[in-house]
Amino acid sequence: MSTPPTSLLEVTDLGVRFGHRRIEAVRAVSFSLEPGQRLGVIGESGSGKTVTALAVMGLLPENATASGSIRVAGTEILGLAEPELARLRGNVLSMVFQEPMTALDPTMRVGRQVAEVLRLHQGAEPGRARERVVDMLTRVGLDDAERVADAYPHQLSGGQRQRVILAMAVINSPRLVICDEPTTALDVTVQAKVLRLLDEVLTESGAACLFISHDLAVVSQVCDQVVVMLDGRIVEAGTVAELFTAPRHPYTRGLVATARLDLVEPGQRLPVVEDFYEADEVRS
Amino acid sequence: MKRFQLVVGLVLVGLVVASAIVSLFWTPFDPIQVDGANRLRPPGWPHLLGTDGFGIDIVSQLLVGARATLLVGIVSVGVSAVVGVPLGMVAGQLGGWLDEVVMRAADIVYAFPALILAMLFASVWGASTVTAMAAIGISTIPAFARVSRAGALQVVASDFVLAARVSGTSRLGIAVRHVGPNIAPVVGVQASVVFALAILAEAALSYLGLGTPRSVPTWGNMLRQAQDQLFTAPLQSVWPGLAIALAVLGFNLLGDGLRDYLDPRLREVQ
Amino acid sequence: MRLALRIGRRIGIFAISLVGASLLIFMITKALPGDVAQVLLGIDATPEAVAKLRAELGLDRPLWVQYASWVGGMLVGDFGVSHVFPGQSVLSLIGPRLAVTLWLVGISMVLTLLIALPAGMVAALKRRSWQGVAVSSAAQVGMAIPVFWGGIIAVVVFAVWLRWLPANGYVPLTQDPVQWARHLVLPCLTLAGVQAAVLIRYVRSAFVEVLNEDYYRTARSVGWTPMRALWRHGVRNAAISLVTVLGLQVGSVLVGAIVVESVFALPGLGSLLLTAVNQRDLLVVQGTVMLLVLTVLGISALVDFSYLLIDPRQRTGDRA
Repeated sequence: MSTPPTSLLEVTDLGVRFGHRRIEAVRAVSFSLEPGQRLGVIGESGSGKTVTALAVMGLLPENATASGSIRVAGTEILGLAEPELARLRGNVLSMVFQEPMTALDPTMRVGRQVAEVLRLHQGAEPGRARERVVDMLTRVGLDDAERVADAYPHQLSGGQRQRVILAMAVINSPRLVICDEPTTALDVTVQAKVLRLLDEVLTESGAACLFISHDLAVVSQVCDQVVVMLDGRIVEAGTVAELFTAPRHPYTRGLVATARLDLVEPGQRLPVVEDFYEADEVRS
Repeated sequence: MKRFQLVVGLVLVGLVVASAIVSLFWTPFDPIQVDGANRLRPPGWPHLLGTDGFGIDIVSQLLVGARATLLVGIVSVGVSAVVGVPLGMVAGQLGGWLDEVVMRAADIVYAFPALILAMLFASVWGASTVTAMAAIGISTIPAFARVSRAGALQVVASDFVLAARVSGTSRLGIAVRHVGPNIAPVVGVQASVVFALAILAEAALSYLGLGTPRSVPTWGNMLRQAQDQLFTAPLQSVWPGLAIALAVLGFNLLGDGLRDYLDPRLREVQ
Repeated sequence: MRLALRIGRRIGIFAISLVGASLLIFMITKALPGDVAQVLLGIDATPEAVAKLRAELGLDRPLWVQYASWVGGMLVGDFGVSHVFPGQSVLSLIGPRLAVTLWLVGISMVLTLLIALPAGMVAALKRRSWQGVAVSSAAQVGMAIPVFWGGIIAVVVFAVWLRWLPANGYVPLTQDPVQWARHLVLPCLTLAGVQAAVLIRYVRSAFVEVLNEDYYRTARSVGWTPMRALWRHGVRNAAISLVTVLGLQVGSVLVGAIVVESVFALPGLGSLLLTAVNQRDLLVVQGTVMLLVLTVLGISALVDFSYLLIDPRQRTGDRA
C-alpha cells in the first residue's frame, strides 16, 4: 500500500458491474482521502461517479457487484454485513443527494426526520433532540428553524429542503460527507448560497468531503483536490490549481475551458467540451 | 419468468376450453344419469376420480362443468365490455359533466358486487343462469369503464391525437383510429382478469343456489352437493374446487402475462 | 376553505350515490312480472285476496309514493315488516344477525392485514430471492381459491380429520366466549386467507414503489436497515395507495362474508339475505342490500377522508 494506514477513505482498484450482462460501470478506480480533506469527483453523467459514491456508502443496488476494496477509517466496506454498514451510515459517513424535492419523506415533519438521525445513533433523548435539531437547522442557515422543523417537506422550497438534508447529513458529526451534485437541482442564486454554507459547515466540523459534480466551477468552490472520471475510470487527478493551469487529458481541457467562461472575449463563441475531446473516438 | 406466467396461463385456459369442447361430443360416462348402484366410488378404474352421491362419474361432470364456466364467463364479460368500454371511452374523450355522470354511475354500480345483484335478481325473477350472467356482467361494467376512460384520457392528451385533430379528424374518427387500438391491450388484460372474477362469482352463485339449476352439472353445484358428504367422502370436495382454482389461476396468469407481453411500460419498475 | 369545500363535495357525492343506489334497488324489485302479492299468495289465490294484500302492502299506490315511503321509513329507522317472518320488522331481523356478520368481517379484516402487510413487505424486500417469489406465488394461488372451497377444505382438515374445531354453527359471545371463539376461528381464517392473498399483491407493489423512492434511499443513507427504513418511512406512504385498495375490497369482503356464513352455517346477514331471497321476502332483501351498499359507499367516502389524515400534502397548499 502506498497510502499510510491513517487514511480516512481508501478506495483501491474498485470495479462495479450491473445485472446479468455484467455491464461495467466503474473499473480500476483508486483514490484516498485524508481526514478533513475534500476531494472533488468530476465527470459527465454515466461516468461512474455516483456509482462510486453509492459503493462507498454500501448502498449499491441489489443487482450490482463490486470488486476491489473500500476502506473507511480502516474498516472494509465491501462485503460488510448490513447491520454493521447501517451503524456507519449517518454516523461515520453520510450523504447529501441530488434531488432535494424527493429526498425527504413527504408524510413526516422535517424536524422529526432530522431528530431520527440523532436518535438512531445516539440513543433517545426526546427533549434534547428537539433542541439540537433546531440548533442544527439554524446552523445550516434556516432562519426560522422552529417553524421549519414543524413543516412538511412540501411546505419548503428546494433550497430549504437541501439545507434540511444537509442538516441530516452532518448532525452526528460524521467524518466523511459525500455530496452527490447537491446543488444541481437548485436555482443558480440558491446554488451559491448552499455551496458557501456547505464550505462553512465542513470547515466547522472538520469533516472530510467527497464532492461529486459535473461542473468544475462548482467543485473548485469547495474542493482543493480533484479526480476526473470518464467511462468508469479516473483519467486525471491533481489539485484544482494544477487542473486549471495544466490540464493533461483532452476531456479535462474541455472542462477547464467551459469552467473559465470569464476568459472568453465578447463576441467569441462559447467553448464546449466537445471542442477539446470527441467522446466517440476514445470510447471505441 | 414473465413468459413463464403467460405460458402457464395459456395452458390452463386451453385445458378449460378443451374440456368444454370435448364434453360436447364425448364424456367417459353420462354426466347426468343417476346410477344408484355406483354411489360414492373411490377414484380408480373406470371412474378415474370416482363417482358422486348419485353415482355420477366425477370426470364427466368436471368436463361438462367447464361449459357452464366458459358460457357464463364469455357472456358476462362480453356484455360488460360491450357496455363498459364505449362508456369509458366517451367519458374520457368528451370529459365535462358527461364524464362526471358516467363515473358517478360507475361508482354506484361498483357498490353492488355480483353476488348482491344476483340476490336482488333472484328475489324477483328466481335464480337462473341468466340472472347469474346478468348480475356478473352488470357488476363488472365499472371495471371496463374505468380502464377505458383512463386509457382514452391518456391517448387524447397525446401529440398524435392533437395532430389528427388539427388535420380535421372528427371525434368519432379519433375514437376509432387512435383511442380504440391504443386501449385494446389494457382492455384485453382487464377482460382476462374479469373473466377470472366471473368464474369465481359463477361458482359462488351455483354453490349458494343462486345460479345454474342443480340438475345441470357445474363446478359450483358439484361442490354444493359434495358438502353433504363432507364427513363420509371428503375427496368429493377436492376435485371441483381444484378445477375452479386452476381455471381462475389460468385467467389471472394470462392477464398478468399479457400485461407484460403487450405493454412493457406497464411492467413494474425493476 | 378549500378543504371544507372538498369535504362538503365528497359528502354530497355520498348522498347522491345513496339516492342512486336506493333507486336502483327499488327499480329492480319493482320490475317483478306480476307483483309480489301474487307471488306470495300463489297462482291459486282469488283476485280479491290479492287486491287486499296489495292494499295492505301499499302496492296500489303510485310508484313514487312507494319509493318515498320506503326511503322515508329507512331514514327514521323503519325498514318495513317482513312477510315471511310474521310480525317481525326488517330491522329486528337484521339487528342480531348484524352482530354475527360484524364479528366475522371485523376479525377477518384485522387478520387480513396481519397476514398481508408483513408478507407483502417481505415479497417487496426480497423480490429478487426465493422468499419473495415464494410469497408472490402463494398469493397468486390463494387468489384463485374460491372462498367457499377454502372453507370446505378447512372444515375437512380441522373439523373432520383433526377434530380441533367445530365444523359449523355459532354461539353468541355473551353465552360462552370460549365456544364463540372456537366457532369463529375457521370462518375468520378462511375469509382472511382469501382476502390476504388479494391484498398481498397490492402491498408488495406499494412497497416496491417506496423502495424506488429517493426518501427511502435517504433513510438508508442515515443508517436505517432496509426493514426499518421501510417500516418507518414506507408504511405511511404505502398506506396512501393501500387504503384505496382496502376501500375497493370492502364489497368483496362483505360478499365473502355472505358466502362464508353459508359454508359454516353462521346466522348472520348473509344467511338472512339468502333465506329472504329464496322466500321472496322483498322488503327484507331490499333493506339488507341497502345496508350492505350503504356500507360500501360509506367506506369509500371514509377512504377519501383518510387521505387527509395520512397525506399532509392533501391538507394544505401553503408554504412555511
